[in-house]
Amino acid sequence: MIKDIRLTEVPKKPLSMNPKRFILWLFMVSIVMVFAGLTSAYIVRQSEGNWLQFELPVVFWFSTAVLLVSSLTAQLAFRAGKKDNFTALGVYLGITVVLGLVFLALQLGGYGMLVDEQVLFVGNPAGSFVYLLTGVHGVHLISGLIYLLIVLARAVKHEVHSGNLLHLSLSVAYWHFLDILWVYLFVFLLINH
Amino acid sequence: MDTANAHVAEAHATEAHEHHEQSFIRKYIFSEDHKVIAKQFLITGIIWAFIGGMLSVFFRLQLGFPNMSMEWLRPLLGGWITPTGQLDTEFYLAMVTMHGTIMVFFVLTAGLSGTFSNFLIPLQIGARDMASGFMNMLSYWFFFVSSVIMFISFFISTGPASGGWVIYPPLSALPQAMSGSGLGMTLWLVSMALFIVSTLLGGINYITTVINMRTDGMSFSRLPLTVWAFFLTAIIGLLSFPVLLSAALLLILDRSFGTSFYLSEIYIGGEALPNLGGSPILFQHLFWFLGHPEVYIVLLPSLGITSEIISTNSRKPIFGYKAMIGSMMAIGFLSFIVWAHHMFVSGMNPFLGSIFMLLTLIIAVPSAVKVFNYITTLWKGNIVFTPAMLFSIGLVSFFISGGLTGIFLGNSALDIQLHDTYFVVAHFHLVMGSAAFFGMLAGVYHWFPKMFGRMMDARLGYVHFWLSFIGIYLVFFPMHYIGIAGFPRRYYSFTNFDAFSTFADLNTFITVAAIITFFAQFIFLFNFFYSIFRGKKAPANPWNSNTLEWTTPINPGHGNWPGEIPKVYRWPYDYSKPVNKEYAAKMTQEEIDKMPDFIPQNVPYSETLETNLPEENEKIKLEVKEDDDTIVVDPEK
Repeated sequence: MIKDIRLTEVPKKPLSMNPKRFILWLFMVSIVMVFAGLTSAYIVRQSEGNWLQFELPVVFWFSTAVLLVSSLTAQLAFRAGKKDNFTALGVYLGITVVLGLVFLALQLGGYGMLVDEQVLFVGNPAGSFVYLLTGVHGVHLISGLIYLLIVLARAVKHEVHSGNLLHLSLSVAYWHFLDILWVYLFVFLLINH
Repeated sequence: MDTANAHVAEAHATEAHEHHEQSFIRKYIFSEDHKVIAKQFLITGIIWAFIGGMLSVFFRLQLGFPNMSMEWLRPLLGGWITPTGQLDTEFYLAMVTMHGTIMVFFVLTAGLSGTFSNFLIPLQIGARDMASGFMNMLSYWFFFVSSVIMFISFFISTGPASGGWVIYPPLSALPQAMSGSGLGMTLWLVSMALFIVSTLLGGINYITTVINMRTDGMSFSRLPLTVWAFFLTAIIGLLSFPVLLSAALLLILDRSFGTSFYLSEIYIGGEALPNLGGSPILFQHLFWFLGHPEVYIVLLPSLGITSEIISTNSRKPIFGYKAMIGSMMAIGFLSFIVWAHHMFVSGMNPFLGSIFMLLTLIIAVPSAVKVFNYITTLWKGNIVFTPAMLFSIGLVSFFISGGLTGIFLGNSALDIQLHDTYFVVAHFHLVMGSAAFFGMLAGVYHWFPKMFGRMMDARLGYVHFWLSFIGIYLVFFPMHYIGIAGFPRRYYSFTNFDAFSTFADLNTFITVAAIITFFAQFIFLFNFFYSIFRGKKAPANPWNSNTLEWTTPINPGHGNWPGEIPKVYRWPYDYSKPVNKEYAAKMTQEEIDKMPDFIPQNVPYSETLETNLPEENEKIKLEVKEDDDTIVVDPEK
């Protein structure tokens, strides 16, 4: 007797992404919601009138440029990691961290310029909102810097390589996200201040 | 595919892991096991529920018996009882505020989602544990610290937060406004900030787990409705809680750092405040953008639990599985665009009000679909009245009677009369408070055997159910009448208003009913703790249910399944599936009657030829078995 031969397809695996990567994405969603809340509060409050008019500090343009460049170096670091080019990886990650610190310093400089303009944290909400939005973004940027530093420390020990890219790619993705978030906030403030 | 392999490797690693004994602290306190974390959430939630319930009894006593001497409460409340033996007026407001905060956030958000999402998601989708056990542990401990801070706020000299659970500024922003807006409010904000972190950590984990960790064959169209509900709840939480965090951040800045986001042109105690340019309405917008979705964060898990229990105990497939999912999605979506119906009387543009009114009333459609499906599932079912089933049916009852009044309140014109009266109190206590509570209790009765390996006593469960069910209606039904008469919420006493003196007896009645209902919960408390240690040993599948959690050992260890994770071949609601025509002709009536009335999700179609539909017979060809000569083709390669 001839046995029936059955042909079957491999059962479909449920969609699966590395859970840690997915967690990072959801974390970014919650950050987006924080800023969506704050910026819509800004618009609601602005539409009620009694809104202080002032110029945004010029230095924010420079800080934006610095952050954009740091995103580029972060991406270069990721590429270097993928090719197991350890020297370049360390150098690019290092540059990214330094540029992140420069960004924060420039933001503080921006606060100084605002104070010179008599736009203070305490006072008309128009000014408070600028400090608030940049400040909350800055706090998140510090968390991104800490993550990059952790990855840098691992990279120095040669623990980051083409076979172990998860944390490098996550930290770089988070850094790009913070960059885009800043660009959004800056454009938002330029349009609505 | 690499990630999938990584999962397998991980799973093996956990299996190897479970063999060495963990220390007591790692196993029961700082545990990363989802089942232990679920129990931690449950027990913390129960403790909070009794604290919250006790507060409500205290302020009901004040409302029902305004002249009663509260001297006997002095040992507990101390200075909050005035020298004349009355309840302190500010502390009355504090109790109302804390009752709301505790019940909404600590019991019905953390206690409900925290317990059942944690417990059921991995067990029902066939996963070893949550995506990140560590984050899950952090989620509980953030909740714990938040709880401790909130509890401490009861014991400070200025009293806990007193501005209502909605903490509207400027009342909540100015310590001069009332004593509860001082340190108590600060502690409230700190506690809630930690609570939000806890909810986000938990929610991110639930979503990730549901999307990435399902076992083979567990497609979204085979997910139990419980998991669907927890999944959608977590998404709603992920989108709304960050906004509450923003709102709280602005309030913290206003309170402690001198900004004027919410404050403007305020005179207090004859003194002008320096704050200029803020908008208190802004807070209401931000708060209710969370606040309204929060209602569904509270309710959806209960609705999911109810779907599962009603289907299992009616021995019938859930009516309209896809409609249930669709209506939950619709409710979730609509919940984000109706927030301003809490603000009809805040001076908003009437045209805007009518838009929000329209959107609000649309929620009645998916809600009615759900109710219809519950009732049609029960219709002609072979109903088993377990305590869990009774509580589920009770939920449906509350959902209808509380939902109907929602249609009244959603009307911007009617709301002018009803806003902030006891009508609102009655509405939301029925539709979200009691309904969600009943869902939670139903879940505890239903999954207790899986949690603790023992059964809860059914007879005590019945007594608990009937006392609670009748008690809750006796408490909240009369409130509608006094609400329509214009009785406002949050007032300390009504003895100064002649218009309301006719309702004095009704208020006394409500208070007596509330006390009885509260004491009925001690039956549950006793039953719960007694059964953990002395309950009857549970069988493997006490309710003859289809979902995967009943395929684990009676006391599942770390990793849930000792061997391989079962594969899933069918949806979870194959109850009382009829024998198909082909086999009905061959079988005697006796044989047909002997067929089991449920087919668990892990039974392949090749084993149930008698009940398969023609299209299901087609699926047999796709089933892979290890031991036969099947040639497996991977179309992707």
